[in-house]
Amino acid sequence: MKFLTGIWDDLNLSARIGLGIVAFFATFAIFAPWLAPYGESEIVGDVWEDFGYFSGEFFFGTDQIGRDLLSRLIYGARNTMALAIVSTTVSFTAGAVLGFVAATMGGRVDQFLSRIVDVCISIPTLIASLIILSAVGTATSTLILVIGIIYALPVFRIARAVAMDIEVMDYVEAARLRGEGLWWLMSKEILPNAMTPLAAEFGVRFCFVFLLIASLSFLGLGLQPPLADWGAMVRGNADGIAWGFMHPIIPAACIALLTIGINLLIDRWVHKASGLRDDQ
Amino acid sequence: MNNVLFDIVFKRLVMGIFILFGVSLLITLGVEALAGDVCSAMLGQAAEPSTVAACQAKLGLNDPMHVRYWHWLVNVIQGDLGTSLANNREVSEQIGKRLGNTLYLAGTTALFAVPIGILLGVIAALYRNSAIDYTISTTTLTTISSPEFFLAYVLMAIFAVNLGWLPAISNVSSSMSFLERLEVSALPVATLALITIAHMMRMTRASIVSLLASPYIEMAKLKGLTPGRIIVKHALPNAWSPIIQVVVLNLAYMIVGVVVIEVVFVYPGLGALIVDAVLNRDLPVIQGTAMVFATAYVVLFMLADVLSMLANPRLRHRR
Repeated sequence: MKFLTGIWDDLNLSARIGLGIVAFFATFAIFAPWLAPYGESEIVGDVWEDFGYFSGEFFFGTDQIGRDLLSRLIYGARNTMALAIVSTTVSFTAGAVLGFVAATMGGRVDQFLSRIVDVCISIPTLIASLIILSAVGTATSTLILVIGIIYALPVFRIARAVAMDIEVMDYVEAARLRGEGLWWLMSKEILPNAMTPLAAEFGVRFCFVFLLIASLSFLGLGLQPPLADWGAMVRGNADGIAWGFMHPIIPAACIALLTIGINLLIDRWVHKASGLRDDQ
Repeated sequence: MNNVLFDIVFKRLVMGIFILFGVSLLITLGVEALAGDVCSAMLGQAAEPSTVAACQAKLGLNDPMHVRYWHWLVNVIQGDLGTSLANNREVSEQIGKRLGNTLYLAGTTALFAVPIGILLGVIAALYRNSAIDYTISTTTLTTISSPEFFLAYVLMAIFAVNLGWLPAISNVSSSMSFLERLEVSALPVATLALITIAHMMRMTRASIVSLLASPYIEMAKLKGLTPGRIIVKHALPNAWSPIIQVVVLNLAYMIVGVVVIEVVFVYPGLGALIVDAVLNRDLPVIQGTAMVFATAYVVLFMLADVLSMLANPRLRHRR
């Protein structure tokens, strides 16, 4: 408990707001089946019924085929956030391991990996994922893998740069002379010291991954129906806007709000990790 | 131009060409390796084996991979990107038409966004930690963090649906006059501008503020110069390099990142073309469009590096 209050005291106002927003959405995501008034793909009303808020039957009305929009949003929070967390974790595992390998082994291995990443990173993220997903399909596991690999590239660069700074330290040299292997150097010497910058980077990348997933599912290449997904909900309800229905704005606003929340929360963290002082 | 500068720029150009070649290899081989069964996917499960075989022969899928890449490369150098599987039209002709529209969108946006972005950045740096700075910074953080389609639909809901000032769908055609075009594409331009202004403003502010701690600015302050003069005459010249970088990178974003915005406003640009091609699994179009995007990206990134080197005063004089 003391540890937790310590963290809370450390946060400034905007980071606290960010934490509040993230906690709000996380609660809905975790307890989705208990909090949602209707089922995920249950058709319960007419097409685009108006917002009822607290008095009506449907808080945010119904979507383009008559499902309760609030329930879809709550389940969507769960699906979209889970997908983003798993994809970011995949990209970090792959990117950090390869980055550390490149930095620790150096020489030809480093040259080889770095040049490949240089070329691959020149293809814009959204275009690359469009091409790959159009070819391999959009099963959830494929989606995770493709996004994970695409974002492993920038993670590789950062992990390599961070590890390069640590690799020249005396204690790494000492471990090398002791005859420790590659895995020991990476996990016991470099990783603990690279944790802070990498953790801050995780937050930044999570935002990018989250927005990429939102864009992809908006374009019809994300999670497939009937699974609820915020980006796909925007697209599905988009035609309503011409008739004056604000339904597509709601899931889009959720995406925006959650990303802003994460950005506010990690801004502080990134700031600290970069070693900058506040008193300027 | 002296030797040091020339050497660095030349090296960067060679590197760029090398990367472009690698990207073309990756896109063509990647697309073809991954889409081995594009014919059966396109024609469906129930297709006759002979139809599938004919389709594979037409696409040249029976040749080994390096032969296919060679054919593709030779054709591309001659300006032939193949024909679309969906409508049998020349890919290069389709891309040419759409590229013009996308460049128009990017150009118009840049015209508004670049001066406004830099100006707001200078203002935020000048009045840093004040209410003005706080307002600008919070607004730009919001536009940066939200997905493009959120801004796009909000603008559409306000200006097209509620107020009815502007069309919700950007149906541009080549017969329109400049002003008509501007009116029809006002909403996508505004969306794109909001995002890019935010990026440029933040970078301008950050690079000026980081310079303000240096001793020569301290000196200028002690001489009694006004804050405006310090920033415009003393800090800005040294901040040009990162600012140019972010401006050019945003130009790249304006060309490449418009995919979602074009889809929202049904704007007939390259982004909408690639999305349609992806949904139809129209390989030659995907390949051609992706190549154009990647080229724009690589060339502009290269330009960003070269320009920021040119803006660095330390490289202008021989050691």
